[in-house]
Amino acid sequence: MSSAAAKRPRPKYLNLPAILFEIRLPMPAWVSILHRVSGTLLFFPFAAWLLYLLDTTLASEQGFARVKDHYLQLPVVKLALIVFIWAYAHHFCAGIRFLLLDLNMGIELAPARRSATAVIVMGLLLTAYCAWRIW
Amino acid sequence: MTPRRIVVGAHYGLGSWLAQRITAVIMALYSVILLGLFMTGRPISYGVWRDLFQNGWMRVATLLFAVSLAWHAWVGVRDIVMDYIKPDGLRLGLEVVTILVLAGYVGWTVQVLWR
Repeated sequence: MSSAAAKRPRPKYLNLPAILFEIRLPMPAWVSILHRVSGTLLFFPFAAWLLYLLDTTLASEQGFARVKDHYLQLPVVKLALIVFIWAYAHHFCAGIRFLLLDLNMGIELAPARRSATAVIVMGLLLTAYCAWRIW
Repeated sequence: MTPRRIVVGAHYGLGSWLAQRITAVIMALYSVILLGLFMTGRPISYGVWRDLFQNGWMRVATLLFAVSLAWHAWVGVRDIVMDYIKPDGLRLGLEVVTILVLAGYVGWTVQVLWR
């Protein structure tokens, strides 16, 4: 062990500023933490929101028209929709990566880092495409 | 001689892990199929939308999705709660709330689909 490493205070307690600014997380770590963040958002509030939309649009023609022509046109609702799309796209892509890792595919360091970058980029590209279509 | 491993715990970890993956595949397939229906370019009117969800297979598939989501999210949220929430009372409370919310989602889905 080098002397510099020995002098660093241990244990090192992690906190949000440390994770964001001090420690450079590798790409797979970002995929993992964003998988958790997106999963939590999908569980709540987005699943409830989608059920509410499904309920309203299926209940009556008026409800369908209100959601399609008014509610979904509100800028704040469009913004929420875009956040939902990012969460779904990221969770989907990262989930497929995890399934492949479980099958021992791409588990070497270099391909795992490449696929992690690909997941983050795919999530953002899909979101950007949908955002462009929505606006 | 290797010491005998002392295995502790409730032994449902592998089952939860596998369930989370199987439900993930079910939801991924449903998502891709639904996205495919949207991508046909046909404008979605109320009639198209209502008829889609009046199909028996669509109702069953959507219910399967909702049940998969509940099971999948239960494993996932429980993992997150166990990792970050240390006080026992708060952890138990959050787990109970999670179960109630997920059960509510499934009930609501049934209500929406079979009105």
